Amino acid sequence: MQIDQLYQEIILDHYKHPHGRGLREPYSAEVHHVNPTCGDEITLRVAVDGEKVTDISFAGQGCSISQASASVLHELLTGRTVGDALAAHASFTELMQGKGQIEPDEEILGDGIAFAGVAKYPARVKCALLAWMALKDALVRSVEVSDGNKG
Amino acid sequence: MTTLTIPDGMPQYSEEPRLDVARIRQDFPILSREVNGHPLVYLDSANTSQKPQSVIDAISEHYAMHNANVARSVHTLGTESTEAYEGARATVARFINAPRPEEVVFTKNATEAINLVAHSLASRLGPGDEIVISEMEHHSNIVPWQLLCERTGATLRWFGLTESGRLDESNVEELINERTKLVSIVHTSNVLGTINATARITERVREVGALLMLDCSQTVPHRGFDVVDYDVDFIAFTGHKMLGPTGIGVLWGRYELLADMPPFQGGGSMIETVRMTGTTYAAPPARFEAGTPPIAQAVGLGAAVDYLEAIGMDAIAWHEKELTAYALDALDTVKGLRIAGPKVPVGRGATISFSLDGIHPHDVGQVLDSLGVQVRVGHHCAKPVCERYGVPALTRASFYLYTTTEEVDALVRGLEQVKRMFG
Repeated sequence: MQIDQLYQEIILDHYKHPHGRGLREPYSAEVHHVNPTCGDEITLRVAVDGEKVTDISFAGQGCSISQASASVLHELLTGRTVGDALAAHASFTELMQGKGQIEPDEEILGDGIAFAGVAKYPARVKCALLAWMALKDALVRSVEVSDGNKG
Repeated sequence: MTTLTIPDGMPQYSEEPRLDVARIRQDFPILSREVNGHPLVYLDSANTSQKPQSVIDAISEHYAMHNANVARSVHTLGTESTEAYEGARATVARFINAPRPEEVVFTKNATEAINLVAHSLASRLGPGDEIVISEMEHHSNIVPWQLLCERTGATLRWFGLTESGRLDESNVEELINERTKLVSIVHTSNVLGTINATARITERVREVGALLMLDCSQTVPHRGFDVVDYDVDFIAFTGHKMLGPTGIGVLWGRYELLADMPPFQGGGSMIETVRMTGTTYAAPPARFEAGTPPIAQAVGLGAAVDYLEAIGMDAIAWHEKELTAYALDALDTVKGLRIAGPKVPVGRGATISFSLDGIHPHDVGQVLDSLGVQVRVGHHCAKPVCERYGVPALTRASFYLYTTTEEVDALVRGLEQVKRMFG
């Protein structure tokens, strides 16, 4: 296993120059997720307007994989629909759990395909998934909030 | 294999016992394997140690030739197995200079040993009582006491730490007082490497009539530890960090204290007599060893102690001291590296944790692994220590009797590679 399969240039770029970092207003839901085995954490906010995800902002600390993952997610999904975001979440989760046997779909995942190599490092999969799990949680909560407002 | 040489004109410490690290390495089969195309550089012995062939053989021989349950059979195999199990207890007792083998209770690990004491002391605690730990503890010496305090209404208090990574004993008189029932402190920190001086604490504990427990998980494997000399009431340690197998730990306690404690778990082997209306309990150590114990693991642990004694604990301690001095100097050459814990090879063990400017330990550990270097990264089951020094996580290199200066060099070379990649 070559280490540069894991640390693709795209990942290191996103890590050194993260996109969308910093918590912003307004937002529909905020979540805080922790990776208890390594102490990585992320606070993530989503702003949802109707069907559209108008912003994803985040702050946290962690390794290059976890931080780059949040940056990729911001870039890929801001401005897309909630449905697109959930589809990308499903696709990324499948990729991470595929033990390196799944061919990633660039149409759906954009720069997220650079994480394909992470799937071969079981200890790092949870790092890559941290921001994505937080996103799903935040989306679900924002939908609950807006449903609650309607009711 | 180079050896450390002390320049002429400096003290040569020729009277210190030495060990032949090249010869010792031949006893550990795993040390000759490769990882990711590089020779294995195992720097994670504080996490778990590697096993010499003699330990592997002892376990295998037990299963192959002597396997039976203990303390209940009249047949030959049962007798052999019981003798082996009790023989291991006697070996461990001798190793820590326990006055009686019955003071050695075999548990699953050090965590269980601490939980045993916490559980069995519950009936003596109530609101107003205090337990004292420190900010330097492994989670295994924090959480059981938090749970105990929740159950009993007792209060948990702790020693803080100094900037240089040592226990802050400035408030020992106030912290340990007549309300204190038990003080439980780590002897050698699994993160900072600090070896705590216990004399002042012991003196104060005796003054107020409290009990003293030491978590010796990172001490007993590395240097001689004498429970009488240290004047403690309980110590906990674990087999797998001292060349033995996983699945076995040790609680040592003063016999009269153990004899006065209620059982931890109920089941077979721990009873005197059982009626449907009630049960009386066996004397220690059986009282605390419910169910079939870790028999083969005890045999393996006994073989590990034999191996350590044959090398000599003083020689191991000296080897690690020299190695630590070498490593502290070598790591000092890495720009941006900050050591958490004592920066001098005095009052510390061979465990060195550090942060590297702006690079997360996960990334450090991953790149080192690609070079065959195995280190631990993360919070090391001691989050309060990390918090104390303002870091979310650390990289930790830890050494043992089989570690060489070349391996320290490989670590330093690896760190330079990490910096090239993420810098």
